[in-house]
Amino acid sequence: MKQLLSFIHKEFLHIFRDTWTMMIIIALPIVMMILFGYAVTTEIKNTNFGVLDYSKDDLSKGIVNKLKSSEYFIYENDGYNNYQEAEESFKNGDVGIILVFEENFYENLTHTGKANIQILADGSDPNTARTLVTYASSIINIYLQEKNPSPTPYQITPEIKFLYNPQLKGSYNSVPGVIGMIIMLICAMMTAVSITREKERGTMEVLLVSPIKPIYIIIAKLTPYFVISVINVIIIFIISHFIMGVPIAGNMFWITILCILYIIVSLALGLLISTIAHTQVIALLISGMVMMLPAVYLSGMMFPIENMPWILQFISNIIPARWFVAAIRKIMIMGVEVRYIVNEMVILVTMIIVLVAISLKKFKQRLE
Amino acid sequence: MNPIIAKDIKRSYGKVEALKGISFEVSKGEIFGIIGPDGAGKTTLFRILSTLLLADSGEAKIDGFDVIKDYKAIRQIVGYMPGRFSLYQDLSVEENINFFAKLFNTSLKENYYLVEEIYRHIEPFKKRRAGALSGGMKQKLALSCALIHKPSVLFLDEPTTGVDPVSRKEFWHMLKMLKAQGITILVSTPYMDEASLCNRVALIQEGSFLDIDTPENIVNKFDQEIWSANSNNMPKLLIDLRNLKEIKSAFAFGDTNHITIDKETFNKEIIEEKLKSLGHKDIILKGIKPTIEDCFMELAKK
Amino acid sequence: METVIKVENLIKRFGNFTAVDNISFEVKKGEIFGFLGANGAGKTTVMRMLCGLSKPSSGKAIVAGFDVDKDAEEIKKRIGYMSQKFSLYEDLKVWENIKLFAGIYGVKKTDIKAKTDELLRELGFESERETYVKALPLGWKQKLAFSVAIFHEPKVVFLDEPTGGVDPATRRTFWELIYKAAEKGITCFVTTHYMDEAEYCDRVSIMVDGRIDALDTPKRLKEIYSAKNMDEVFQHLAKKAERQAD
Repeated sequence: MKQLLSFIHKEFLHIFRDTWTMMIIIALPIVMMILFGYAVTTEIKNTNFGVLDYSKDDLSKGIVNKLKSSEYFIYENDGYNNYQEAEESFKNGDVGIILVFEENFYENLTHTGKANIQILADGSDPNTARTLVTYASSIINIYLQEKNPSPTPYQITPEIKFLYNPQLKGSYNSVPGVIGMIIMLICAMMTAVSITREKERGTMEVLLVSPIKPIYIIIAKLTPYFVISVINVIIIFIISHFIMGVPIAGNMFWITILCILYIIVSLALGLLISTIAHTQVIALLISGMVMMLPAVYLSGMMFPIENMPWILQFISNIIPARWFVAAIRKIMIMGVEVRYIVNEMVILVTMIIVLVAISLKKFKQRLE
Repeated sequence: MNPIIAKDIKRSYGKVEALKGISFEVSKGEIFGIIGPDGAGKTTLFRILSTLLLADSGEAKIDGFDVIKDYKAIRQIVGYMPGRFSLYQDLSVEENINFFAKLFNTSLKENYYLVEEIYRHIEPFKKRRAGALSGGMKQKLALSCALIHKPSVLFLDEPTTGVDPVSRKEFWHMLKMLKAQGITILVSTPYMDEASLCNRVALIQEGSFLDIDTPENIVNKFDQEIWSANSNNMPKLLIDLRNLKEIKSAFAFGDTNHITIDKETFNKEIIEEKLKSLGHKDIILKGIKPTIEDCFMELAKK
Repeated sequence: METVIKVENLIKRFGNFTAVDNISFEVKKGEIFGFLGANGAGKTTVMRMLCGLSKPSSGKAIVAGFDVDKDAEEIKKRIGYMSQKFSLYEDLKVWENIKLFAGIYGVKKTDIKAKTDELLRELGFESERETYVKALPLGWKQKLAFSVAIFHEPKVVFLDEPTGGVDPATRRTFWELIYKAAEKGITCFVTTHYMDEAEYCDRVSIMVDGRIDALDTPKRLKEIYSAKNMDEVFQHLAKKAERQAD
């Protein structure tokens, strides 16, 4: 145990003594949050919405009022009379989202327990569209729960339709995305580099010839980056929630569990890279090309997976960030219950098991 | 049983044969030198013996433990100092040695007596980062780190390369001290003059041992006659000597030239005359005892 | 004889640490100048200044007719440099390395080909023209690196421990190349840890704690310190060193 503790201590010393490492660790999350997140909030807060209400009953009006009173949406006009009018206003860029209530909306809901709302959004910027839709739906859901707190809640199926509108930009998606990227960067890249650095400087030879168990070397190498990642996630949440006003709708406990799972996957990836790479440069390249780029482009944090060609969709399945981003989006922003993200969690856990198993097998007792 | 036993060790990297069947034994408390240039296979041999690398064939035992089967046991008892000084440059002297002590579940305090002789030279700088130490001090720190767990066998791969002659001398003095404590030392070096400081040496070239013996025996066994040759124009002398058929080889050796001669035809007076006619003055020719370097060069030719 | 390196009261400080402490010396054209000293005595710092890579804190140094402080770029065109650590690109072929460095130093294209042939012939490397440098034995690499360093016929060539780790026979043939270069009038400024090599120099300086404590021919130095060989001279002087840091 003493062996391990002193090893971990040494790893922290390496990090604290390297100005660049410290800069990356501390400044990067903040810079990324500002870059990806800040431009976003003003736009999203001021999103105009329109209503095409074929029903015009109390419930539909109530929902419209609820949206109006939220800080994210501004009500633009008195409502459209027909679909053409609605689409016209969309094309003009007057609104970012339109709600369409079916005829007899309230009646359908009270009699059959089901009703339909169509939500039209800007399809050219799918992430924004999705965020807007998510917000609108969660506001609607909250409103319905307030109205009818019975154990069998109303089911409203929002039918989502993305329409063309090039004007809108930005999204709350950046928070899950930034967490996804930063953790991948710090865990995978930094871990891989710090292990290969020992190989390159020749200190790994001395460590291997000593009686310390390889598993201890691994744990000691991973611990500091685990701690730092946890701190970073906390910083990101604080910035996004208190400074940028991103709501944290879901259960904090499960959000934490989810983040920790993702951190562990990333650490395991870093470990795997370090078993392959012999130099720091190679480790950097592999983590950059093989880990970071897919994490950014194929995880759905920037481009929606649904719109990708099938081959990329297929590849995206093996990218941990994809599952993390999907899950954190649901639990944090939509505020769904944990049962809805069990699937993603199981996938992440499986990835951890597979990656750790391969890395341990590959982590050498010897040099070659 | 001897603490280091190697039998017919072979190892290739792709097509390159780094070791072509190396066998030797080192007895307890001996300083055994592996002497040869870079690329001769010294580091490969050290890595195999210290369990870091697997040989393609052959076997090796350290203190009776097999380097493949019992690698864990070997890692408890050997001290290893790889070619590049393997210290953490960004950690201080003190942090380095404490770290390596903990790695072996011991502490500097507990084993201070083992490293005292060496460590006290660098103790005044214990707060300094290892990266800011001079070559000689780095070497002392690395040796202290390799010794802190009381190893019975010490592997030192080129500990003196790139180190100035004064620090090198000090280093060999420290090795003598360790030998007196009964530690078996396997050390490699590209500096031929360090051979005389070992009990026995192996001369290595291109993956094979040219000879294994005590430095004295290597010199005594040498079957060539070596003469030293001087004149007022040394560079020209070297070229002129090479053109003489009585002289088999000629090389500069510090302030003189060493020549190996053809015993049948060599005659001191005749050579002196020939050199004089080539314009040399102050010619001095004398028969000398060969050095290890002479032997190495001659053996390497074969 | 023309003076190629002229150093006057050269000082280099890093913070409050004086790495080079007021040194003065001259090196003549075609001279082989041995620049010795313990690790950390300040050799590397002096070499860097003379190559125009670092500015002196005070004092003056003229190399190949130019001031290191003002005309570093002019100096770089007129010197060659080779070290033990880096010499040639391992992943390029022999001729590619020659062409690359010749190009960097502005050797005319038409000259490069003929001179490459000549260089390879002199070294006996004709068969290795297409070989990757990484496949050459260390001693060959160093000989090739030296030939490349003087390919553009510089006034001075700086050799930083050129023979470290090289086998004894090749080490000697390497010095024969140095002699040939010196005969052509190229000044050779050499550092080494092999004391027998100090004997091959025309003159030797020994640095201790940032100062030059001795500078003369090997023969005179041995007389002054009544030593058998240069090793003894070195041991005698370098033992006085007080400072330890690099």
